[in-house]
Amino acid sequence: MQPPTPDLPTLTAGLAATGYLVDEDLATVAYLALRMQRPLLLEGEPGTGKTALAEALAESLELPLVRLQCYEGIDATQALYDWDFPRQILHLRALEAAGGVGGAGVEEAEKSLYDERFLLARPVLDALQRSPAVLLVDEVDRADDEFEAFLLEVLSTYQVSIPEYGTIRAATPPLVVLTSNRTRELHDALKRRCLYHWIDHPGLEREVQIVRSRAPQVSEQLARQVVEVVQKLRLGADLEKPPGVAETLDWARALDYLGTTDLDLASSARTLGALVKYREDADKVQHALDQMLRA
Amino acid sequence: MSSTRSGDPRDGRHRHDVEEVLLGFTRALRAAGVAVTQDRAQTYLAAVAAVGLADQRATYVAGRATLCASPDDLARYDQVFHAWFDHRDGLPRSRPGAPPTPTVATLPLDDSGGGEGEEQQDDDVVRARASEAEVLRQRDVASLSANERQRLAAMMASLRPRPPLRRTMRHQRWHRGDVDAARTLRASLRHMGEPAAIQWRRRGTRPRKVVLLLDVSGSMSGYADALLRLAHRITVASPRGSVEVFTVGTRLTHLTRALRNRDAERALVAAGETVPDWSGGTRLGETLRVFLERWGRRGMARGAVVVVFSDGWERGDAALLGEQMKRLSRVAHRVVWVNPHRGKVGYEAVQQGVLAALPHCHDFVAGHSLATFEELIEVVARA
Repeated sequence: MQPPTPDLPTLTAGLAATGYLVDEDLATVAYLALRMQRPLLLEGEPGTGKTALAEALAESLELPLVRLQCYEGIDATQALYDWDFPRQILHLRALEAAGGVGGAGVEEAEKSLYDERFLLARPVLDALQRSPAVLLVDEVDRADDEFEAFLLEVLSTYQVSIPEYGTIRAATPPLVVLTSNRTRELHDALKRRCLYHWIDHPGLEREVQIVRSRAPQVSEQLARQVVEVVQKLRLGADLEKPPGVAETLDWARALDYLGTTDLDLASSARTLGALVKYREDADKVQHALDQMLRA
Repeated sequence: MSSTRSGDPRDGRHRHDVEEVLLGFTRALRAAGVAVTQDRAQTYLAAVAAVGLADQRATYVAGRATLCASPDDLARYDQVFHAWFDHRDGLPRSRPGAPPTPTVATLPLDDSGGGEGEEQQDDDVVRARASEAEVLRQRDVASLSANERQRLAAMMASLRPRPPLRRTMRHQRWHRGDVDAARTLRASLRHMGEPAAIQWRRRGTRPRKVVLLLDVSGSMSGYADALLRLAHRITVASPRGSVEVFTVGTRLTHLTRALRNRDAERALVAAGETVPDWSGGTRLGETLRVFLERWGRRGMARGAVVVVFSDGWERGDAALLGEQMKRLSRVAHRVVWVNPHRGKVGYEAVQQGVLAALPHCHDFVAGHSLATFEELIEVVARA
């Protein structure tokens, strides 16, 4: 049963309703991913909302979200499926006790061991079985490059072959979203199968909108001041880790909790820990704030 | 792939097929250096069909999502897109001029032209009879003529860098070694609790990271070209992601991406465009500090083999250089200093920079000829 693919304006509006504001380009790419049934590969600086997009897509399309967090050393039994051996043995012992094993029953007993109920569905198989669903393969650059090769099969045919059981195919392909922080270059074979999008930091107006939508308690004036400072810091201050949207939100909320309505030096200095996470950066930001707020 | 052509060509103005225009665009893009394969082009057609031709922004995004694969591609895509669709209104009257690809004028190979190399050999009959290539291997790269330089560049391809290896935390299965209890147990479970064959394991190995720091200051300018070629050779011949290249001079420049281009000439042109401080001064201590803070300490230099190519003529404070080399040697697995003058007759380590840095280097090797580069590669591989 194929759920109807929403058209572009509906998709954008649906995402906005969940609090995730997309620009036109990203909305188009997401629409294409749905329409063409292709995985979506998102790259970008940390904190630009790559993971959040998958969550927002799942919420707006009312689909279950299945998340696979990648890490060094992840392998097929953790990502795909595994047999529940202890349960299989219990089942066999139960058959033995009932006297069901022996003679012609052997083959049948063997067959009953490799049943779907003894299959432990790990995230990928889970997503295929529950599809239509959104499968988020998060931080795929953290996994070893061998792991990518194994994803290829799933991403191009949306099926998993289990030697003892057979092939499990998704009735409808799930929407797959892969994210990468670019700590290493992904293999071309993987990229080829995906639609690629680089998520940038949002512009001034959009970021103000995001802060207003995610943290409605923050006043318009404070939100604008905070975003202006953050945007300048990203461009000019040469930081080790420029603040992402997540940091902007944290900072705006932190200022709001302290009852700040107008950004000043004292309150920003006290809440700097929400914005920058390196000591060297803190010094630079302190200095830059000093100049910005004086002016 | 169903590339049903929804959306008419905007009107009957032109006789070119829509697909022809779009595929022409993918060809132009390929000429501009974006790796567009046939299947990517097909996906592009399908994507354009999905969004419709009427919306130019959407066709732009569709192409960017299907034809590009890295941030480097995006800028090229923008340029070609505007050249192709904006100025011509969809009509490929002629092929758009692709960005000029670097070419090398091929000079005639002149076997008799030993030039200035000959006076070194007149005392040695055997060496005079050695093949031209063998002589070139031993020659100081800074003293080569343009012709010889080009031959040497071709010979660089014969270098076979091997990455140094490190043990990993993860084990891999092996036919002997330690008992792999977990896997043995799982195997026996798989056989319904019957004891199965014992599984063995050993520690795995992975390529160790290699970081190359090239000094591109004025005193090293004669070696810059050869060292860049060497760095390119090491970058493309090693497992992806295991080699990082920086230039140090008056400032620090990350060169890895430029050198990843498999074609040496293109890579060198890209590197030339990236580095802003060719033949400037040397502030080695200062740039090393920046390297350690921005990259090294975060993980790039941790457990890596760091190779510094420099003659050690430090303009800045030699004490700072010593301090930074000390920090570097604490973070890195092994620090190799390559000095082009090291292999020459009468060389003594007297430069302030070298004196300050040497106590913190594990290896101090020569690097002025192809032969010494081969030795260097051996040193790195065994690190």
